[in-house]
Amino acid sequence: MIQLEKRRNISKFWTTLTPVIAVFLTMSFGGLMFGLLLGDFSSAFGAIKLIFWDPLFDENFAPYARPQLLVKAGPIILIAIGLSIGFKAGIWNIGAEGQYILGAIFGASIALSLYPQESILIFPAMILAGALGGFIWALIPALLKVYFKTNEILVSLMLVYVAENILASVSQGLLRNPEGMGLPGSRNLKDYPSAHNSEIIPNSGMHWGVLTAFLAVILAYFLFLKHQKGYEIRLAGEAPKAAYFAGINPSKTIIFCMGMSGLLAGMAGLFEVAGPAGQITMSFNSGYGFTAIIVAFLGRLNPLGILLAGLLMALTYIGGEIAQLMLGLPGASIQLLQGMLLFFLLATDIFTNYRFKSRSS
Amino acid sequence: MAEVLLQLDGISKSFPGVKANDEVSFQINSGEIHALLGENGAGKSTLVKMIYGLMQPDSGSMKLGSENFRPSEPSKARQSGIAMVFQHFSLFDALNVAENIALGMENPPRLQDLSEEIETVSKSYGLPLGPRRLVGQLSAGERQRVEIIRCLLQNPKLLIMDEPTSVLTPNEVKTLFETLLRLKGEGKSILYISHKLEEIREICDYATILRNGKKVGSCIPRDTSAKQIGEMMVGKSFSSPSRKTRAFGEELLKVSNLSIRTKDFFGTSLSNINFSVRVGEILGIGGVAGNGQDELLSALSGEDKTSPSTIKIFNQPIGKLAPDERRAIGMRAAPEERLGHAAAPAMTLIENTLITSHSEDVINQLGIIKFDNVKEKTKDIVSEFDVRTATLDNAAASLSGGNLQKFVIGREILQKPRVFVVNQPTWGVDAAAAAFIRQSILNLASNDSAVVVISQDLDELFEICDTFSVLTNGRMSKSHNIRSLSSEDVGLLMGGSDLDRKSHDTA
Repeated sequence: MIQLEKRRNISKFWTTLTPVIAVFLTMSFGGLMFGLLLGDFSSAFGAIKLIFWDPLFDENFAPYARPQLLVKAGPIILIAIGLSIGFKAGIWNIGAEGQYILGAIFGASIALSLYPQESILIFPAMILAGALGGFIWALIPALLKVYFKTNEILVSLMLVYVAENILASVSQGLLRNPEGMGLPGSRNLKDYPSAHNSEIIPNSGMHWGVLTAFLAVILAYFLFLKHQKGYEIRLAGEAPKAAYFAGINPSKTIIFCMGMSGLLAGMAGLFEVAGPAGQITMSFNSGYGFTAIIVAFLGRLNPLGILLAGLLMALTYIGGEIAQLMLGLPGASIQLLQGMLLFFLLATDIFTNYRFKSRSS
Repeated sequence: MAEVLLQLDGISKSFPGVKANDEVSFQINSGEIHALLGENGAGKSTLVKMIYGLMQPDSGSMKLGSENFRPSEPSKARQSGIAMVFQHFSLFDALNVAENIALGMENPPRLQDLSEEIETVSKSYGLPLGPRRLVGQLSAGERQRVEIIRCLLQNPKLLIMDEPTSVLTPNEVKTLFETLLRLKGEGKSILYISHKLEEIREICDYATILRNGKKVGSCIPRDTSAKQIGEMMVGKSFSSPSRKTRAFGEELLKVSNLSIRTKDFFGTSLSNINFSVRVGEILGIGGVAGNGQDELLSALSGEDKTSPSTIKIFNQPIGKLAPDERRAIGMRAAPEERLGHAAAPAMTLIENTLITSHSEDVINQLGIIKFDNVKEKTKDIVSEFDVRTATLDNAAASLSGGNLQKFVIGREILQKPRVFVVNQPTWGVDAAAAAFIRQSILNLASNDSAVVVISQDLDELFEICDTFSVLTNGRMSKSHNIRSLSSEDVGLLMGGSDLDRKSHDTA
């Protein structure tokens, strides 16, 4: 008989290895699923290769897909870094999607109200406004939690639906393009040089948002390695009573963590609307805020891990699109594949927290 | 000649890196109270766990009566007539006594019948206990009774008790001993694990002493002095803490009219507590845990805030200050719960040092942590307080209870606090480590600090304190010079009466 025994020191070896195992299990079971869907198991390997390999290395797909990888990974990583700060403290912001939308609306509003004036200050002002929008939206669940002990998971999640309704409303009303023949959706910021989040290096996919995401990775790494605030956040998550004993104010921690994650999600929204998306539309948001939750966990709440996990997740988005196009796989099966990744990660986590012992009966 | 109930023969058990039991042999007779003695880590728990079927020996054999005995799980041991009362109770606060007992049974009878049975057993053994009372409202002694009655319902031949008196008041200890003697009179045997030598001398017929997993001796406790037994346990002679007579200086800590409503459903509110501690003075606060001890510590550490002038140090009101702000002006505390409160279980010792370090030599003005300095501090704690750990990067949870306690106490004492408050400083710590901790508390006081020791171990308080008071039911007695107190006085104080009203109370 095999027995589980809780580890006293969490295994660093397995902490690093389990995400890799989870990826391989996802590939195997994903392949199985695609085989069943296509009714042909010989093409299962092809489907997996199409998703995980071809976007980067196939000469037909790579020229388009490689820049897309950064475009997709940028916002996911930026949001996930923010979320990981709260998750480490045991503060669960599930509403990054809403903060992302509000950031986009706030940032775009600045640009649209100043159109068509040109100034070098417009884009920085948009970034600040975007950050502010996400910050304010995240502050609502934070303050409700501090003052009324509400559950931040529920409040932040429900505020996503509020944000979606605001998005629908402003794309048909306040922010609608006056020259758009009555169709919903704002002016396209790609046609407004001062407001456009353009690529820093042409055809690389590297826009200001991607750069910000990389910067966030470095800063978060430093925060948790060396800074008092990062230590306090970890302590609050590991042992709330010990944190309180240390003198760390739990209300301040909640506001800092929620605020930071909202701020980064808001910035991600702004960079998206001013760059790849170009305009506020009813379907502007595409679920990055939720995907980032998976990425944060897949990356072990570790900034470098999140960087890798974000790139991997972006790959499944792009590869998934190609697979839908080439093989006619349903879009839901790609989401299923992404869900599998989290599922297998949680399942293999048992190795990091427990050791297996055989027991002779 | 009493017949042999349980015979152990050459029992050995190893874990990776340690030999927990090495060729241990002894026997327990019917109708005998047999003491199993040893320091923490001597192998008492492992041995008992094998008798109770929680573990199996690597080699050696046991005989129960005339039959070979090797229980593969606790239910087998129970079927053979062995019962055990653990040091840590496994009870649910929100359920009543009968429900708690029913939960541990394989085929519980109807709750009605069980309640009657509980009442019969509790009466016949002198352990008063209402079966319908909520466990959350019971004192530690009453909770233990629940565990004992749970065992007695199985009608065992051998009852194992792990440190049974560590949570009891002197009166409760007396009641327990009467019960044990009654059980003995019925021909039942008791295996009694403890490190309180006086108790063992009082009630045990025979003692087996373990050290480093080996049996190092046996004796008839009544005929052996506590000092001799203690030396057998430790393997060397050890001195009890020495104290110099100190003159007390000015008043350092003053608490006036402290009242706090507890936030915990099963906690105790503090009402109108007044005391002061002077330079060089150690104030001992006795009383059973759960009578407001945790609440008092939180109020002093700064985890619970009060109006500013309720708590003053150096005549400066600090009732509103947070724990880190209090540390900055020289007041430090060490709570009872080591893992999760005083230390973060999954974090390294270095990171745990940082919990109560805020000064500029560890964190600069930009908030950047100087880990080299924190590491040095941790190294000092580990070496000066003899904390046994493989590396400084070990998680706090990987240390044994006694070692972690030395770490937690050392972390505060090395900062030389002017006012130090500690709750249960040596709970679950072996004799040598306890003596060391007590000595460092004494040293701190003689270096011009004021110390408050909250403890339920009266022997400890009498060993190191200058003044003594009792916290019962959230109220604190006046403090008295400890040398002026007789054991009757202490009993009165523990019962919640103040000595000034002695005549009134006894009338």
